Amino acid sequence: MTAAAAFFYLFASITVASGFMVIASRNPVASVLFLILAFVNAAGLFVLMGAEFLAMILVVVYVGAVAVLFLFVVMMLDVDFAELRQGFQQYLPIGALIGAIFLVEILLVVGSWSIDPGLVQAPLGNVAAAENLTNAQALGRVIYTDYAYFFQLAGLILLVAMIGAIVLTLRDRPGVKRQNIAVQNARTQAMAVETRKVPSRQGVEV
Amino acid sequence: MTSLEILGTVLLIVLKSFVLLSALLVFIAYALLADRKIWAAVQLRRGPNVVGPFGLFQSFADLIKFVIKEPVIPAGANKAIYLLAPLVFAMLALSSWAVIPLADGWAIADINVGITYIFAISSLGVYGVIMGGWASNSKYAFLGALRSAAQMISYEVSLGFVIICVLLCAGSLNLSRIVMAQDTSLGLFGWYWLWLFPMFVVFFVSALAETNRPPFDLPEAESELVAGYMVEYSSTPYLLFMLGEYVAIMSMCALGTILFMGGWLSPIPFAPFTWVPGVIWFTLKASFLFFLFAMVKSIVPRYRYDQLMRLGWKVFLPISLVSVVVVAFVLKLTGLAPGA
Repeated sequence: MTAAAAFFYLFASITVASGFMVIASRNPVASVLFLILAFVNAAGLFVLMGAEFLAMILVVVYVGAVAVLFLFVVMMLDVDFAELRQGFQQYLPIGALIGAIFLVEILLVVGSWSIDPGLVQAPLGNVAAAENLTNAQALGRVIYTDYAYFFQLAGLILLVAMIGAIVLTLRDRPGVKRQNIAVQNARTQAMAVETRKVPSRQGVEV
Repeated sequence: MTSLEILGTVLLIVLKSFVLLSALLVFIAYALLADRKIWAAVQLRRGPNVVGPFGLFQSFADLIKFVIKEPVIPAGANKAIYLLAPLVFAMLALSSWAVIPLADGWAIADINVGITYIFAISSLGVYGVIMGGWASNSKYAFLGALRSAAQMISYEVSLGFVIICVLLCAGSLNLSRIVMAQDTSLGLFGWYWLWLFPMFVVFFVSALAETNRPPFDLPEAESELVAGYMVEYSSTPYLLFMLGEYVAIMSMCALGTILFMGGWLSPIPFAPFTWVPGVIWFTLKASFLFFLFAMVKSIVPRYRYDQLMRLGWKVFLPISLVSVVVVAFVLKLTGLAPGA
């Protein structure tokens, strides 16, 4: 057995095991931590396949940012899992049905491995031509040169989604105290402090 | 490859890592002392001067003190995560050194995506903090962890854009190639600190925030949160947090050296300066950056939390975002883009 195969089985078994623990763990924080372990091991699998750039981006985006927010929310919410499990029996049939549909779909995809070889190969044509490119260069060429317009379109859709989220949550409540940094910075000593000579035993008018 | 060759390769990597880590840890012991000495000098104090001549063995005395203390685990703590957190923090901080080239070809792993690897690892550092803060089961620790999470995510964004600016100029994600791209006849004026000076400033300030250094040490602000996420920690777990923090600072200094200060290159590009081994230049440059970190710590007062967030999202993010566009346009229009 080569070293690559050994690492593959190591990463793959940890990914599957931690994926199982995500749903089996009683503590939601532990679930998120197992999810992170699964992400990191999936990144290891990407590295084994030679997709090192994708592996690093997976770690940066999912582990470094998205999962942090998950953890953040789960820690803040204080979810009571005993309460959540009460409806388990009631929803079991629907859950089982969805699970069965997914299982059948996966079996169909895996069973009929290549539906149309020409279709599967088509988008990869350009990349295969350039052999000595690094990961980042090959991806960059596909995204920014070959499919630049699609990429821009995807970016535009994300922008719309972002603006939508901001519009939905932005409330302009009256009477809220806000910081105006420009005003704060424009303050001088003369505006804030007044120096007066205080005559003894007489005091000053305030 | 036979199994014997594999074993040989593994042993070589282990040996290299061992040498690098021991050198790094000794260096950090003295960097910590220098930090305290500089801080003391700015405040007209003497700083640690009792253990050994001029206090030179202070860090090692601290190490022994921490190790032989009793580790206290709070009754309400989640024991496994509580003990895992400092380990994760220190281990992640150390693992970024795997790809840093100390001199030409002196990297344990000279990988093609070196810069993304470091960026990924440093973005994981927040987990040690969050896990420690949550598992302690204490209000102060939890508040510190929440602050840290928000802070590190905010500044990571602008740090990423700064790195993209450098990448546009260098044309590679490989750390060694980024250094070589700065190897011009101009010497230190050909390095990116001059050409991308605003980005260098943004990088420096973001690095301070990313490593929870003063003036952005709000996760452990001792005046409000006692010691933030590490308030419940003592003994070796605390030592690991402390160590991880300083290792992270040193790796940020090393990253700054590589991205903006020409890595192992000599500042004056002719003999006899080019005879000096690259690792010495690298150490000097990283130490200079560390000195700047220490001076900032002693000079600048701590930011307020809302000011910190404003600086990250409303100042640094727009500046770095616009810079990416400007740098890309300038490189394209002047034909200076690498590989163009």
